[in-house]
Amino acid sequence: MVPLSYYLVLSGILFACGVTGFLIKRNIITIFMSIELMLNGVNLSFVAFAAHWQQLSGQVFVFFVMVVAAAEAAVGLAIIIAVFRTRETLNIDQVNLLKL
Amino acid sequence: MFHLVLFSVFGAICVAGAVNLLVQRHPINSALSLVVVMGSLAVEFLLLGAEFVAAIQVIVYAGAVMVLFVFVIMLLNAGAEERTRGSHVAYLLGIPGVVAGTIIVCWALLTRSHAGSASIGALPGHPKEIAQLLFHQFLLPFEVTSILVLIAIMGAVVLAARTDSAQTRKED
Repeated sequence: MVPLSYYLVLSGILFACGVTGFLIKRNIITIFMSIELMLNGVNLSFVAFAAHWQQLSGQVFVFFVMVVAAAEAAVGLAIIIAVFRTRETLNIDQVNLLKL
Repeated sequence: MFHLVLFSVFGAICVAGAVNLLVQRHPINSALSLVVVMGSLAVEFLLLGAEFVAAIQVIVYAGAVMVLFVFVIMLLNAGAEERTRGSHVAYLLGIPGVVAGTIIVCWALLTRSHAGSASIGALPGHPKEIAQLLFHQFLLPFEVTSILVLIAIMGAVVLAARTDSAQTRKED
């Protein structure tokens, strides 16, 4: 038996790692991976609460989060490719215009 | 006891992978440590009895999404990250804020919660029950996500397609 709060603490630590990566990383792909890390942390807390409250809808929500994350990854990586084509860099400090 | 040992081992692997993602300079190393994080999270899902979620975590996240990431990293030939001085506000306020927030949340969860505990396989997360929920109660959100995925596919094709204007500008 593992207390529910241990799962939530692990989920919080993963989310904090994602936020820290978002703040300190300068490579646009690594920043994108930090966002995926945050989504994974939230998924863990969804599944932990689903097990705690004996409600399967938490797991269905994880399914929806994964679908949205996959769609987001496809669009985001296409945007990264478009940005790299015009600017030839992946450093976000050199990407300061929305215009392509 | 066995459950707690499994939880601790894979939780430690998970946090180690997440920290390694932050420490590594090269994006490909970060991507591979993210695969480690996702694989050990799938084990945590299995411990909670969410078999279906664990399977799609491995197939969709560690499989499809990370292949996409590695593909883009190799396509763009991304080298090691340059250390430019970014925003000082992010370093001076953001990181202490994140650390303080995490400590407060962990402290509150560990000392103030009377939430109970979860045992191995606490909830039957078989695909059958999930499908019954997904195709009856959550049918409308399911259809909406299918439209979302369709729009995302079209958007990705439009964004990644090489346009003529971008090509001529590069030649100038």
